Amino acid sequence: MAVRQVTEAIELSEVKDLGNLSKPEVLTGAQILIKALEAEGVDTVFGYPGGAVLAIYDCLYESNIRHILTRHEQGAVHAADGYARATGKPGVCIATSGPGATNLVTGIANAYMDSVPLIAITGQVSLDMVGKDSFQEADITGITLPITKYGYLVKDVKDLARIVREAFYIATTGRPGPVIIDIPKDICTQKAEFMYPPEIDLPGYQLKPYRNGKQINRAAQAIMRAKKPVIYAGGGVIASGAHRELLELAEKLNIPVTITLMGKGSIPEDHPLCLGMLGMHGTCYANYAVSECDLLLAVGVRFDDRVTGRVDTFAPNATIIHIDIDPAEIGKNVPVDIPIVGDVKLALRDLLKLVEPRERRDWLDTIEEWRRRYPLHYEDDNNGRLKPQYVIEQIYEITRGDAYITTEVGQHQMWAAQYYRCRKPRSFISSGGLGTMGFGLPAAIGVQIAHPEATVFDIAGDGSVQMTSQELATIAQYNLPIKVAILNNQYLGMVRQWQELFFNKRYSQSEVLGPDFVKLAEAYGIEAVRVTKREEVRPALERALATKKPFLLDFWVEREENVFPMVPPGGSLNKMLGR
Amino acid sequence: MKHTLAVLVENRPGVLARIAGLFSRRGYNIESLAVGQTENPDIARMTIVVDGDDRVIEQVSKQLHKLIDVIKLSDITEEEYVDRELLLVKVNADPSVRGEIMQIVDIFRARIVDIGRNTLIIEATGDEGKINAIEASLRPFGIKELVRTGKIAMVRGPKQ
Repeated sequence: MAVRQVTEAIELSEVKDLGNLSKPEVLTGAQILIKALEAEGVDTVFGYPGGAVLAIYDCLYESNIRHILTRHEQGAVHAADGYARATGKPGVCIATSGPGATNLVTGIANAYMDSVPLIAITGQVSLDMVGKDSFQEADITGITLPITKYGYLVKDVKDLARIVREAFYIATTGRPGPVIIDIPKDICTQKAEFMYPPEIDLPGYQLKPYRNGKQINRAAQAIMRAKKPVIYAGGGVIASGAHRELLELAEKLNIPVTITLMGKGSIPEDHPLCLGMLGMHGTCYANYAVSECDLLLAVGVRFDDRVTGRVDTFAPNATIIHIDIDPAEIGKNVPVDIPIVGDVKLALRDLLKLVEPRERRDWLDTIEEWRRRYPLHYEDDNNGRLKPQYVIEQIYEITRGDAYITTEVGQHQMWAAQYYRCRKPRSFISSGGLGTMGFGLPAAIGVQIAHPEATVFDIAGDGSVQMTSQELATIAQYNLPIKVAILNNQYLGMVRQWQELFFNKRYSQSEVLGPDFVKLAEAYGIEAVRVTKREEVRPALERALATKKPFLLDFWVEREENVFPMVPPGGSLNKMLGR
Repeated sequence: MKHTLAVLVENRPGVLARIAGLFSRRGYNIESLAVGQTENPDIARMTIVVDGDDRVIEQVSKQLHKLIDVIKLSDITEEEYVDRELLLVKVNADPSVRGEIMQIVDIFRARIVDIGRNTLIIEATGDEGKINAIEASLRPFGIKELVRTGKIAMVRGPKQ
């Protein structure tokens, strides 16, 4: 069966350098795997060797594919994830069987929740040992069933090339996601003729050509009728590369744009139409605009509960148009009036053809008034105490919003989302759906590998960074010039904030004393500095940026600072704490 | 409301786990699920009966459809279809009541497929109502063991 017609925005993985296909070579499974990865254009894999993947590692030794050795498999999968988010190409990681494979689980779930194209290659015990609770055996395809787009256990070396081909195709097309390939040890050494299939036959996975004439027309009419429209843009805009179309539509129609955490970078945040993030820690003006709007154009988003708050009061007066490539997202959490299933870029292009320019002075004036009255702000009495928001602002200013930012998860992540105004797609890399502490540091490795010349900051909390801090060794080994900026409050900051607000300041187990991070960095051979005062921030950042080496900044910030504004969980967007 | 879904899937190991897992982790309730190979050995067909309102059924269908192994899915609830279930029941049957049981079996056009010293195994096929009725009729004699396949269904006429 022929490769199905796909929309033009979806790039088919290219098959090249396959040699003379008329005379298939006889190769081992491990060789077939490497050759297939090369055919898919893979230049870097992240991984950690072990017994069941030794044959693969032996072949890798002779390949041009670069292998980055992390210190934990979780580091490898997050690094592959970061690489994928920063490039749009699938990230690839390798782990051995059993504990190696199970250590990938968090990273796979993380990629699944944020729709990141990822190929996880795991070793498995030999086929004759499968199912016998053998040494380092884990049913990883079973374990990852609910958190992968698809999973393969290779049972015949003759299937391996086809499986790799299908895995990349599935991971990167439609709504992207992680695919696992579990390869038993004996398959790696068995031989087969290498034939990389040019065609894919997956009857159950058909990417329908994009066709949406009727709904697009309805959407265009609704948009033209609307007086107070808002665009709500998410990760799907970035995944489909639709940021230009989004900006064009917003400007043509003068529609303000609010973004999700995953949507950071879908529109330049210094643009006057950008309202910043919405939802639990969104800006007041974004949340008010959504609460007040008469039309919500939801683009590449999934109405996450951190965005909507209480669903029945979310955009209560709005006609909702939802563009998403995944039909299952339409109406999942919020009823939708006009569904458009398809690639965001193509849908926006179609929409652009059907709408006429519009002025919206009144609506934009109303929003400007909210923006003026309820700006993002924090108390900074300038008494020398260090505010975390100030640190983020300084990172933004010194990098002019041109850096790649990765984050861990917690208060620092929300402050980064609020105060680091992102200007280009794929440059703000954060764990959205799963909220994985420990994501940022290894993700930064993937980002820096993908963009060796770029400035990469991991904005971290002292709690999160300790979850994967062993990856400082990886950073040091490959001399990756990553800047690790820890906002250190010696708390699990977000946990403490919730305990303050909802548990009567009973700080149960949230005071998490870290190590001396400067000494820790130095132990890994990484230069580091501690910053405790406002006036030290800028010089420290300058020093960090002046070096082409990794650098750790340990910012001792005000301990009990809160992230505001805040919509309490399950609350309505128009009722925010600390606005 | 109960919905009947006809689902064509790739006939491979692990597919059933994927489908059943999807139901459990998203909190949908399967009333019954019957699965077997079709005329094409590469394809299996599942008949899934699921209870829920329209929104639940829509989500179930969309989520099922997303699975790579699902080739085709149709909600045949509103269609004209034939459905059957198979029942095997082992019932207490002292010689004194055998005649009565055999009459019941006749009425339901069921069959006796095994005779023990004090038991009978009865096989019946039919739609859910008939199967429920025969089960109810036999219950007073004392049911020792009972197994039902769950519903399988096929749309009438030439339509696939």
